[in-house]
Amino acid sequence: MNVKNKNIQEAVCDAPNLQETGEKGFALIKYLILGILFGIVFVKAEIISWFRIQEMFRLDSFHMYGVIGSAIVVGIISIQLIKRLKVKSIAGEEIKIPTKEFRKGQIYGGFIFGLGWAITGACPGPLFAQIGSGFTVIIITLLSAIAGTWVYGKFSDKLPN
Amino acid sequence: MNQFIDWISQPWPWYIAGPMIGLTVPALLILGNKSFGISSSLRHACAICIPAGIPFFNYNWRKEMWNLVFVLGVLVGGFIATTFMSNPDEIVIAAQTQTDLAALGITDFSGLMPTDIFSWENIFTAKGLVFFVLGGFLVGFGTRYAGGCTSGHAIMGISSLQWPSMVATLFFMVGGFLMTQVFLAPLMKLVGF
Repeated sequence: MNVKNKNIQEAVCDAPNLQETGEKGFALIKYLILGILFGIVFVKAEIISWFRIQEMFRLDSFHMYGVIGSAIVVGIISIQLIKRLKVKSIAGEEIKIPTKEFRKGQIYGGFIFGLGWAITGACPGPLFAQIGSGFTVIIITLLSAIAGTWVYGKFSDKLPN
Repeated sequence: MNQFIDWISQPWPWYIAGPMIGLTVPALLILGNKSFGISSSLRHACAICIPAGIPFFNYNWRKEMWNLVFVLGVLVGGFIATTFMSNPDEIVIAAQTQTDLAALGITDFSGLMPTDIFSWENIFTAKGLVFFVLGGFLVGFGTRYAGGCTSGHAIMGISSLQWPSMVATLFFMVGGFLMTQVFLAPLMKLVGF
């Protein structure tokens, strides 16, 4: 179930598509719908709010801890069920979860992302939902985040990892 | 029906939102053997638009189009929720946070984001440079260096019981606490709050 494959890790990072059956055009609509639901939850639970992130890092509210914590609990239960019941994907394939190998980047990069998270009040997901919510200036933040990703890619072999 | 509209326009509590986000993990796995992770979309954007011969961006991004379709959905979802399901009341912010932020110079506590910071007027100012350009850069650089963000590590990684993701999440929090508690006040002073 857990795939240990360096190529997978290096090729497509944290959210790889491990489905062997190809998907094009119309088949991708299910991800659009899932994304829409996800975006609605982001806004309705105010996860995209800079204030909610400030509350979290000031320990003034339980809200964000509750959101992330309960998401993890549901995620753990779901994955355990998938594993134990050997649930297959709708294309009939065995469900695969790539192994995350430890690298120093998880420390340095994690720390750097944390700094940015507290400034922008957004991790990458909420950036998109903030733009959709009418905070169009966040397009600049998103472009800068893409630039940051590019700079990491450019110098990734020179950074401690 | 009115009751339903009332309910849908109220802010949703964590015990509704959290489990719904958690269900994204099995939904993606079952729909198409996909692991949840949003920061990958930024990498795919680089791979499509500006690969520049960098090996890190040289991969079959066409296979990962689903991820970009997903984040497009998140954007559309944000639009739908704000346009049709919007909370008519002001956001309720913890009193202590509001006091602390007011002391730092924030005056607008009416919406999800303070317009003192997040408005187009600030784009060519020091405020914009810090809150959009620097903040965004740290998010993009940091998540890629860490190999994931809150979705890829904190939710997907910990849900699949992978300790490197716990380490990453721990350092997300360390960075966030340090920025909020130590650097944010002088940084805001520096940019003119």
